[in-house]
Amino acid sequence: MSNTLTAKKESIISYLKETFNDVGNVTLFAFRFFKEVIKPPYEMKEFIKQCYVIGYKSLPLVTITGFIMGLVLTLQSRPTLAKFGAESWLPSMVALSLIREIAPVITALICAGKVSSGIGAELGSMKVTEQIDAMEVSAINPYKYLVVTRILATTLMIPLLVIYADGIGVIGGYIGINIHSDVNFHRYLAQVLESITFLDIFPATIKTFFFGFFIGMIGCYKGFNAANGTESVGKAANSAVVTASLTIFIIDMLAVQITDLFF
Amino acid sequence: MTQEKTNVELNALATVNDPVIEIKELYKSFGTNEVLKGVNLTVKKGENLVILGKSGSGKSITIKCIVGLMGIDKGEIKVFGSDITKMDNSELNKIRVRIGFLFQNAALYDSMSVRENLGFTLMRHAKDLTAEEVENQIKEILESVGLSEAIDKMPSELSGGMRKRIGLARTLILKPEIILYDEPTTGLDTITSREISELVLEIQKKYKTSSIIITHDMACAKHTSDRLMILKDGVIHAEGTYDELEKSDDEWVRSFFI
Repeated sequence: MSNTLTAKKESIISYLKETFNDVGNVTLFAFRFFKEVIKPPYEMKEFIKQCYVIGYKSLPLVTITGFIMGLVLTLQSRPTLAKFGAESWLPSMVALSLIREIAPVITALICAGKVSSGIGAELGSMKVTEQIDAMEVSAINPYKYLVVTRILATTLMIPLLVIYADGIGVIGGYIGINIHSDVNFHRYLAQVLESITFLDIFPATIKTFFFGFFIGMIGCYKGFNAANGTESVGKAANSAVVTASLTIFIIDMLAVQITDLFF
Repeated sequence: MTQEKTNVELNALATVNDPVIEIKELYKSFGTNEVLKGVNLTVKKGENLVILGKSGSGKSITIKCIVGLMGIDKGEIKVFGSDITKMDNSELNKIRVRIGFLFQNAALYDSMSVRENLGFTLMRHAKDLTAEEVENQIKEILESVGLSEAIDKMPSELSGGMRKRIGLARTLILKPEIILYDEPTTGLDTITSREISELVLEIQKKYKTSSIIITHDMACAKHTSDRLMILKDGVIHAEGTYDELEKSDDEWVRSFFI
C-alpha cells in the first residue's frame, strides 16, 4: 500500500517536473523569437509564402466554419428569444456573440488543428530527416528561416481570418433569420452595426494576435524539438494541436478578465 | 572574441602541410552512456580519412561535433587551427561555410526543387552574385556530379543515388575545403555505391578537398581512403592504410575486412 503511494507520488513529481521543464523551454524558445525577429537578414520571401499557406489556404475551412457558426447560433437562439418576445434582438445578439467570443475562439481552434499541427509535422519531419541540421551546417540560421517566419505569419494571419469569419458568420446569421422570417439584408446589417461598438471589436481583435502567436509558436516548438524517428513527427503534430487548443482557452479566459478590468 | 576572429583570418592562410582538423581527447556522453572516451585524430590537407566502427560506436557523433551540431563534454576540436568549441555562433558559421557535410540520407529540402536546394545556400553566402551567375554556378556544379537534367526535379522524384549526388552538389556549391561524408554509400546498390565512391575521389582531386568519410562499406573505404581509423569503445582502436589494417595482428580489426 505504502509502496503504491510512493510510486504514485514519484510519478506525479516526475510529471510536474516534466511539465515545468517544458514550460521553461517554451519560454526560452519564445524569448529567442523576440531576439531573432529584429535581427537582419529578414526572410521576406519565406514570410510571404507562409502568409499564403496559413492565411489564404485556410480560407475555405474558415468560410464553412464561420457560415455554420452564424447559421446555427441564430437557429438555436431564436426559440429562446421568441419565448421572451425578443426576436427582434436576434441580429444584435448573434453579431455580439460572434465578434466577442465565438468567431475568435472557434477560428483559432480550427487553425490550431490545421496550422499548428501542420507546422509541427513539417518541422518535425525536417528535424527527423536532418534538414534542419543541414541548414545549420550551411551556416544558415534555421530558427530565423523556419520559426520566425511562421510565427510572424500566424500572428498576422489569424486576426485577419477571425475578422473574415466574423463577416461570414454575420451572413450565416442573416440566412438563419430568413429561414423563418423575411428580413431585408440592409435592415439586418444596420441593426448588426448599430449594436457593435469599438469596445466589442478592440479587445476581441487584440486577443486574436495572441492566439496567432501561440498557435505558431507551439507548432514550431513541438516540431523543432521533435525526437528522432518517424513516430515523433506524429507526436509533434498531435501535441501541437492539444497544447495550442488548451493555450487558446487559457488566453481567452485571461482576455475576458483583463477586458472586464479595463473596459 | 576579437582575438578569435583574428585567429580565424590568420588560419585561412594555413600552409599546405598543416592539419585541417585536429581532435584531442574528445569526450561525449548522452546521460550515462559514454560514447566518445578520448578520441584523438588528425586530418591533413588534401587527405581522405575513413573512419570505421560498429554501429553506435560514435562515428557520426564525431563528425557532428566537428561542425558544432553537437556540443562536447571535454576535449579540443581544432578546424583550420581554431578551436571550434570555444567559438560563438557567428565565428562558428565562418568555419562552417568552409566545411561541407553530406548527410546519410542527403537531407535535401523536401519543399524545394533541386535548383532551389542549391541556390538556397549559395544566395545566402554570395549575396553579390547576380541571378544569372547563381544559375550558372548551379548548372556547373550539377554537371560536375553528372545530374544536369535533374535541375527542375523535386527531391521526391529522385532515386537514392541521385539524392546523394544532389546532396554532394549542394555541399560543393560553397567550394568547401573540408567535406564530411556520413555513410555516403549506405542504402545504395553496388554499382551506384561504386559511382559515389568514384565521385568522392573526383571531388578530392578537382576541388583539393580534405575529407572524413564515415562508412560501413569496405569497398568504398578501400576505394576512397588515404588512411583509415577504427573506433572501438569510444577511442581510436587502430589506424593505418587499408592494406596495413587488412593484415593487422588484431583479429577484431581484421574482422572488418572479411
